[in-house]
Amino acid sequence: MMNRNKNFGRNLLTFAVVIAAYAILQPMVLAGSVSATLKGMLVPICAYVAMALSLNLTVGVLGELSLGHAGFMSVGAFAGATTAIALQQAVASAPLRLAIALAVAAVFAALVGFLIGIPVLRLNGDYLAIVTLAFGEIIKSIFNNLYLGLDDRGFHVSLLEDRTGLAEEGRMIIAGPMGIGNIPKIASFTGGFILILLCLAVIFNLVNSRQGRAVMAIRDNRIAAESVGIPVTKYKMMAFVISAAMAGAAGALFSLNYSTVVANKFDFNTSILILVFVVFGGLGNMLGSVIAAAALTILPEALRSFSNYRMLIYAIVLILVMLATNNPTLKMLIGRTIPKRKGAAESA
Amino acid sequence: MPKEFKRGKLAPLPSNVLIPERDLDKSPILECRRLGIDFGGLRAVDDLDLTIGRTEIAGLIGPNGAGKTTVFNLLTKVYNPTRGSILLDGTDTAGKTTVQVNRMGIARTFQNIRLFHNQSVLDNVLIGLHNSMTCSLASSILRLPSYWKNEKIARERAMEYLSLFGLESHANELAGSLPYGAQRRLEIARALATNPSLLLLDEPAAGMNPSETAELMENIVRIRDTFQIAVLLIEHDMNLVMGICEGICVLNFGKVIAKGSPEQIRENPAVIEAYLGRKGVAEA
Repeated sequence: MMNRNKNFGRNLLTFAVVIAAYAILQPMVLAGSVSATLKGMLVPICAYVAMALSLNLTVGVLGELSLGHAGFMSVGAFAGATTAIALQQAVASAPLRLAIALAVAAVFAALVGFLIGIPVLRLNGDYLAIVTLAFGEIIKSIFNNLYLGLDDRGFHVSLLEDRTGLAEEGRMIIAGPMGIGNIPKIASFTGGFILILLCLAVIFNLVNSRQGRAVMAIRDNRIAAESVGIPVTKYKMMAFVISAAMAGAAGALFSLNYSTVVANKFDFNTSILILVFVVFGGLGNMLGSVIAAAALTILPEALRSFSNYRMLIYAIVLILVMLATNNPTLKMLIGRTIPKRKGAAESA
Repeated sequence: MPKEFKRGKLAPLPSNVLIPERDLDKSPILECRRLGIDFGGLRAVDDLDLTIGRTEIAGLIGPNGAGKTTVFNLLTKVYNPTRGSILLDGTDTAGKTTVQVNRMGIARTFQNIRLFHNQSVLDNVLIGLHNSMTCSLASSILRLPSYWKNEKIARERAMEYLSLFGLESHANELAGSLPYGAQRRLEIARALATNPSLLLLDEPAAGMNPSETAELMENIVRIRDTFQIAVLLIEHDMNLVMGICEGICVLNFGKVIAKGSPEQIRENPAVIEAYLGRKGVAEA
């Protein structure tokens, strides 16, 4: 039993970093010693960290490149915000409403992930990446043309134009390209923190299980995986749907932090931004994803003093760090100072 | 008995089949009837009749490009046969997938080793044990008691398989970092972990030195004795083939040119001609 989890130390470190960040920041937020800018960014950072973890499950663990991950975030954002608005009277407690909204968002995103997965997971490599990109854009278009209203007769849906025929006292929730307005801002840093912990726990538990090993076997050698009796499509779908559910919850957290949310926010650029977090932090490296997502969300804000040049500097920093971390000489230096991971695992 | 019924449906066995004397159940574990596959106009395998006894070690030999690996790919349903049928323990495998055929009892290794290189040696065998574990996704993620029970049993069994091949001390190393011979042994361990009744070994001795080959021969016989399974192997090392195989099937240009015991094969003129050419026959 003592030898059972070779990544145990590293997983523990990841949890420790997340908990430490929360333990330091939360009292500061309560005491009011955090700048307004940073305070406003805490929830988006949590959402982006959860997104990066979710995409790392698809790219790093399942080994398939998804370029439409913002689509699942979008599904979650709209489903979560709608739920929060619909339950405004029914559920008084904001944290409980947030939890329900996140859960509903995860379920909807998982459902969309399953439907998209049926055609997409038949493909491999570049083809899969391009088709996910297309699906991300399709989801964006659908939300740009979706009208959803709520009155005492229930929900009313129409596409392309507002034909919902709401009653006088009814409320328009999703107004096509205008998105959702007047969202109750119930997302909290604590909620985001718990979401990240949940994502980490799900990923780590999955990776060290029968199902996770099957997923990684497919990534490493599909033919060999089939030869030992692992149904490839089933496990690809399993990982993809779990990843979509996490992205949905992250999207809901994101949307419930702002008063309005529009479909155009979750476009191709957002998908790529999240992919940058994942690649920057290292494929399959969850701690890397957490740090990269947090650092790269803060960086553009921290560079505000450079005004017009800030995105240029952001890009240059990104290139330099990528080059530096892939430099063999530097890798060797780091390897010499830090004891080898394999040795550490054996002694643990 | 359902098994008796199945056996009753089998066609009479060809006369040149060697079901080992020790086998109490004389029905073959594998029976191919007139098996064939075409790739375009090329008949890669044609009219292959092959039967293997329940605890037989059988060899499939032939010059390069004779279609030996294609036969393995047909048996494991990587390719679907154009003609003929494959019966595993009396059950037709037509329409089955690679995954289903593995669950029915055929496990294989590959000519070019296909391990999960980035995972530990232990994990490779644990992946082989996938279908003998039962815990659900929910119990894995929530770490319910069934997860711990499954993991514990699977790890113990995986270590047993590793110790069969002297790999237990490498359990936590990456599979890709093992030396070549050990990688071949690990691949066999992983295949065995799927609990097969027929083990297909594709050139298990390729790249091994004579002492490693001798050890491998002992290992193959020991696996057969321990697990009471049938082994079909493709091999170019004639010492290995003649040393441990009870029945041998020789393939050339996709057709069976000879079948029989090692002694019969060694003296078969058609086999000598296939390997050495017509002039070789005259000299021999």
